[in-house]
Amino acid sequence: MIASRKFKAIDALYILFMIIPILAVILLKIFTAPSSDGISITGAMIFFEINMPFQKLFITEAQLNSWAVMISVTFLCLYMTHGIRAGTVLKRHHFAEIIAEKLQSMVAANMGEYFSGFSPFIAAILLLSAFSSLLTLVGLYPPTSDLNVVAGWAILVFILITYYKFKCGPVVYVKSFANPPLMAPLNIISEVATPVSMAFRHYGNVLSGSVISVLVAFGLQSLSKMIFGFLPGFLGNFPFLQIGIPAVLSIYFDIFSGCLQAYIFAMLTMLYISGGFPAELYEKKIQGGN
Amino acid sequence: MLEIAIGIILGCCALGAGAAMIAGIGPGIGEGNAVAKACEAIGRQPESKGDVTTTMLMGCAIAETTGLYALVIAILLIFVAPGLFVDILISTI
Repeated sequence: MIASRKFKAIDALYILFMIIPILAVILLKIFTAPSSDGISITGAMIFFEINMPFQKLFITEAQLNSWAVMISVTFLCLYMTHGIRAGTVLKRHHFAEIIAEKLQSMVAANMGEYFSGFSPFIAAILLLSAFSSLLTLVGLYPPTSDLNVVAGWAILVFILITYYKFKCGPVVYVKSFANPPLMAPLNIISEVATPVSMAFRHYGNVLSGSVISVLVAFGLQSLSKMIFGFLPGFLGNFPFLQIGIPAVLSIYFDIFSGCLQAYIFAMLTMLYISGGFPAELYEKKIQGGN
Repeated sequence: MLEIAIGIILGCCALGAGAAMIAGIGPGIGEGNAVAKACEAIGRQPESKGDVTTTMLMGCAIAETTGLYALVIAILLIFVAPGLFVDILISTI
């Protein structure tokens, strides 16, 4: 019954692999970031380009950061669940079980019986999005404030929605738009608008938070120069007001807003996928087949 | 002459970005209404606080969408459009 509480070498290895990608990205940023005086708002840095048939493929900071987050989250999950079995007493196993049970009950409550296998996918979206937004806490570029990254997730969700709408055949899929028939053009527009609005919502929230933070930091710098400018030498240029005050904004924009957007993205994914699926018709089709 | 043209482009982009953000009024009013109603509902039925809060956050997020469209347009007008328009101007001359 009693599992060994010893700190094994494999735990250290997993924690190391959790930290290494983030450290690597930070070091890369330190060595490659162009030196700039003052504060500037820029998009993701482009590291290098790959020539592809139609268009150049840009490997940007956002992609590298999201890969780092993926590796880190994978090893976090491995660390929390390795050696898990019935009757263990390790704290991290209990924690992992709580997370998994909460997610399964959330998916079951929002999507119904048929989609109960979706909880790993929802968990992946939730964790990836939340940890990507939380990357700002270590001073990195958050991948979710790049439209391309979030649009990729939204297109993935759109493909899933369309797949489950197609479950009863193309006729039912086309009919679902013409209900009532006069509204067909609007229904088609709202179908296309689904991934666009999902991507814009997440990207806009994270980006607007970082833009406002930068503007406030810049304003505080100017203000402290105005107030403390009479001090001699180094003290006159030191931005006293920048200490601590931007952190209050960071609590809202980086932590609360980032986690809330991750939750909303996952929630909307669940609602759209289960909402578009014609459950009654599919049941009839299954019973008719038998 | 070219300087004046570029100046007009930059100024109009900034004006357009400012005008686009007027759309921020709508989500502000809408989310205010949503939160007010949620407070009323919690006051009436305190035991349903969890459900009301999650539903309210979802609704707020969806009501925010129009404001975020305006934000995206404003950001495009500030960071992307001036360079694009100046390039078009120079290539036509």
